[in-house]
Amino acid sequence: MLSDHTVSILIFAGIDVIMALSFYLPASAGQLSAGQGGFMALGAYTAAYLTVQHGTPFPLALAAGGLVGGLVGLAVGFPALRLRGLYLVLVTFGFGEMIRVLFLNAPAFGGPAGFAGIPPATTVWHVLGLLVVLLYFFTRLSGSRMGRAFAALRDDEAAAEAMGVNSTYVKLAAFAAGGVIAGLGGALYAHYTLFIDPEAFGVGRSLFVMLYAVFGGLASFWGAVAGAAILSILPELLRWVKDWREIFYGLLVLTMMLVRPQGLLDAALLARLFPRGERAAARG
Amino acid sequence: MSVPLLAVDGLSRSFGKLVVLSQLDLLVEAGGIHAIIGPNGAGKTTFFNLVTGALGPDVGHIRFDGSEIVDLPSYRRTALGICRTFQNIRLFGSMTVLDNVLLGLHCRTRGGLLTPLVGVPFRRPRAEVGARERAGEILELVGLAGTAARSAVELPYGQQRRLEIARALASAPKLLLLDEPSAGMNTQETIELEALIGEVNRRGVTILLIEHKMSLVMKLSRVVTVLNFGQKIAEGPPAAIQRDPRVIEAYLGSE
Repeated sequence: MLSDHTVSILIFAGIDVIMALSFYLPASAGQLSAGQGGFMALGAYTAAYLTVQHGTPFPLALAAGGLVGGLVGLAVGFPALRLRGLYLVLVTFGFGEMIRVLFLNAPAFGGPAGFAGIPPATTVWHVLGLLVVLLYFFTRLSGSRMGRAFAALRDDEAAAEAMGVNSTYVKLAAFAAGGVIAGLGGALYAHYTLFIDPEAFGVGRSLFVMLYAVFGGLASFWGAVAGAAILSILPELLRWVKDWREIFYGLLVLTMMLVRPQGLLDAALLARLFPRGERAAARG
Repeated sequence: MSVPLLAVDGLSRSFGKLVVLSQLDLLVEAGGIHAIIGPNGAGKTTFFNLVTGALGPDVGHIRFDGSEIVDLPSYRRTALGICRTFQNIRLFGSMTVLDNVLLGLHCRTRGGLLTPLVGVPFRRPRAEVGARERAGEILELVGLAGTAARSAVELPYGQQRRLEIARALASAPKLLLLDEPSAGMNTQETIELEALIGEVNRRGVTILLIEHKMSLVMKLSRVVTVLNFGQKIAEGPPAAIQRDPRVIEAYLGSE
């Protein structure tokens, strides 16, 4: 069987992939969020509070974590309706910080000392199970009505509106769904680390999540999957990378921006990786 | 004159101190092809933006198919049956030709964010199959049947213009607004475009056409409205417009 060490690498990498997908979903509709760590915190604290204080069964706590992430995602979506590009990044960044400070000052959640005593519940199968559901969802989304609306909104919002897309609805849905996914990721995280504190979900977390997806490439959700998997497993394989993680990532991103600004998996590479699938899908 | 499909009443819009459209009244008869001509900066595209809801007017009313639409957002107007093409082509660049047309079907199809999770795995949902059939028919109509899987922005210019029309047709419009559809086309492409616009009109779509190529306007349209500096200076059948001294002075005479 898998060693504890391998299991831990798989679980953390899996959660990173889940988080990268939570960033990718709104990003696929042109909505860049620098606050996914905040949604993750909400999911983590909600689920942990329920299992610790109320003895809620883990699956229910997990669902609650996703639900809270989604509801707050919806709320954050509203100011996002009026903002674009850099301004949206700044507002979502501010949101992430707000959530962190909120938990920092909430005694019921342990404040700066963190929230301990969370029962171990997350297994590698939970993480892989959620990933399978998400990959199935994203695969089918790309050939669906909403998936196309997302892509259209990202390409040209005014043209999408003129063609009948309700951009308000689509943006809110994208933010809420991103919040659900991040909330689920947070709940899984809390029940594996068994201890959470606000710093685990700060700016650093949000930026890494964004980095995973951008590194992998935003042309498809496979980019987020590949980016997160590679960047979270690589430091485990190369010890020296682990010690110099931030610097290593910085150099990697710098190189990427110079050599391959579109990310690891761009449209051309995807077409080569999935030649028949892509064409068959396009032909219908 | 039959019932007007579109009735515009006292429509004005300015940008800062620049009055782009001033007190415009316009009736578009159902079933016809109505052309709007005028020099650059006459307010033609602004008029389209007001009708489709991309812009709001300062004052004025727009009635479509009997109901007031001036306060409705763009996407609601599309659902009611108004759709447009863009003068500067605005196809969805990351999407295939087929996906561009399928996007046009957005307001005629159903399906939300959770739809991908329901239904038989590894089989395309029935609604999606239907949508793809419809999109295929539309691509055939505009003569782009063989290009479905290509990236929209890879198409030659003339075909991109046709794809714009296909995407708009997918929304099943009652009123189709074409903003200089022949811009940048050669003679042969323009002749084919003329046939296409005629065919779309015969299928029951009323057409409002902004166009600079007078040959196209004269052959296709039943009524021509001439704008200059945001005001209507003449309106009537194409032959009469061609002879109108005000029009010749403002527009035709300058060529």
